[in-house]
Amino acid sequence: MNPITDIAPQLIRGLGTTVTILIASAIFSYVMAFIAGLCRLSKNIFLRKFTGLYIEIFRGTSLIVQLFWLYYAIPILFDINLPSNWIIGVIAIGLNYGAYLSEVVRGSILSIAPGQSEAATALNMSSFQRMRFVIFPQAIRMMMPEFGNYTIQMLKGTALVSLIGLRDVFYYGDIMRSTNLAHAPLIYVVVLVFYFILALPLIFLTRKAESIAKKGVAN
Amino acid sequence: MAEPIVRYQDVHKSFGDVEVLKGIDLDIYPAEKVAIIGPSGSGKTTIIRMLMTLEEPTSGDIIVDGTNLWKMEKNGGLVEANEKHLRSVRGDIGMVFQHFNLFPHMTILENCMTAPIRVKGEDKQEVEEHSIQMLERVGLGDKIHNYPSQLSGGQKQRVAMARALVMRPKIMLFDEVTSALDPELVGEVLEVIRDIAKNDDMAMVLVTHEMDFALDIADKVLFLDEGVIAEQGTAADVIEHSQNERLQEFLSRFRG
Repeated sequence: MNPITDIAPQLIRGLGTTVTILIASAIFSYVMAFIAGLCRLSKNIFLRKFTGLYIEIFRGTSLIVQLFWLYYAIPILFDINLPSNWIIGVIAIGLNYGAYLSEVVRGSILSIAPGQSEAATALNMSSFQRMRFVIFPQAIRMMMPEFGNYTIQMLKGTALVSLIGLRDVFYYGDIMRSTNLAHAPLIYVVVLVFYFILALPLIFLTRKAESIAKKGVAN
Repeated sequence: MAEPIVRYQDVHKSFGDVEVLKGIDLDIYPAEKVAIIGPSGSGKTTIIRMLMTLEEPTSGDIIVDGTNLWKMEKNGGLVEANEKHLRSVRGDIGMVFQHFNLFPHMTILENCMTAPIRVKGEDKQEVEEHSIQMLERVGLGDKIHNYPSQLSGGQKQRVAMARALVMRPKIMLFDEVTSALDPELVGEVLEVIRDIAKNDDMAMVLVTHEMDFALDIADKVLFLDEGVIAEQGTAADVIEHSQNERLQEFLSRFRG
């Protein structure tokens, strides 16, 4: 069995699913991260507690159980049909990593030295302007490396969607293995190489983000 | 004499159980240069931080240009000021900090330009000219496109002063602005303050440990001790004629 001519073409069939799931759940998780991260810093105690609950539940339980829960339990409990497996995958991964990333958002904002906000106040900025022009631009720089790291983890997490019937890279690898058991080592090596190649640009971007984060922040 | 531009009336401030300021009464007149001296922990910095709205007084009033800073009228009574009220009153006040607090993600020029444009809505072109003017005045005309991390402490502090000046404040507060500097950089910063004191007609309040400098430029010197103004007057009054033992003891520590 030739890895280039036999295995790779099979795996490529799953590339679209893996990549679109990654992109969609990354975007969804970033949005969740900012909403939840800012809610955690809100003056409203109800909002803070409620978001805290979301974060702890999604950080404290396993992604695969969350995925199965959405896939099997929700339709039974609420008697609804979820639109597609693809969307379920995106929601589960997005909510899970959004919970982790919201702590990154919160931590980065809190890590900006209080003197920055005070200087902005001395220039008569409103609380929104302080956030918009002074705190947030610096916090974003600090967040970027962690966002990169979690996005790489998300890519690896997408392999779980094969368990709810989505045909991603891992799914096609697994199918080949089940019909060519003797070639399992080679097949899985090629699968690993696929994920590694997909991760490469993310690794590169994370490195880049780290060097940007190092300069241009007061703490 | 003109009306005071700032008036403190029996202002108290506690942090937790510790009362840092125990009844401050103080008038600051337009263009007056006031130096606040005193031992560490006597509450000097807290006095000006309350004026900049960075700390809220526990009780008492601070009146800025006839308006109560921390209280506003509502339904015929006085209630705690909201942000809108604070912003409308503190617009004439500027502050320079011990640790500079420049915005590290902006160039020197952007540090100066952001607030006049975003807060005061001034014309960008004019703000840029004015900012460059002020940066030249503090001797940093050749650094406008640099980032704060590329400057020395003394240069950062001079940028911080230019940034405050661009807002055209009527009152400028200096919070131990040379305390975080290497000794050889203190002089260049004091020179800029001296230049502002001499040529601008804004009121200035300096909290400082640079005793000789403070006594030299100040119209009025306050000696703060254990949360009260223990002595005040002209520099000559305070140094030469004061009978206050703790003040004499404090001053003697600065004279070798």
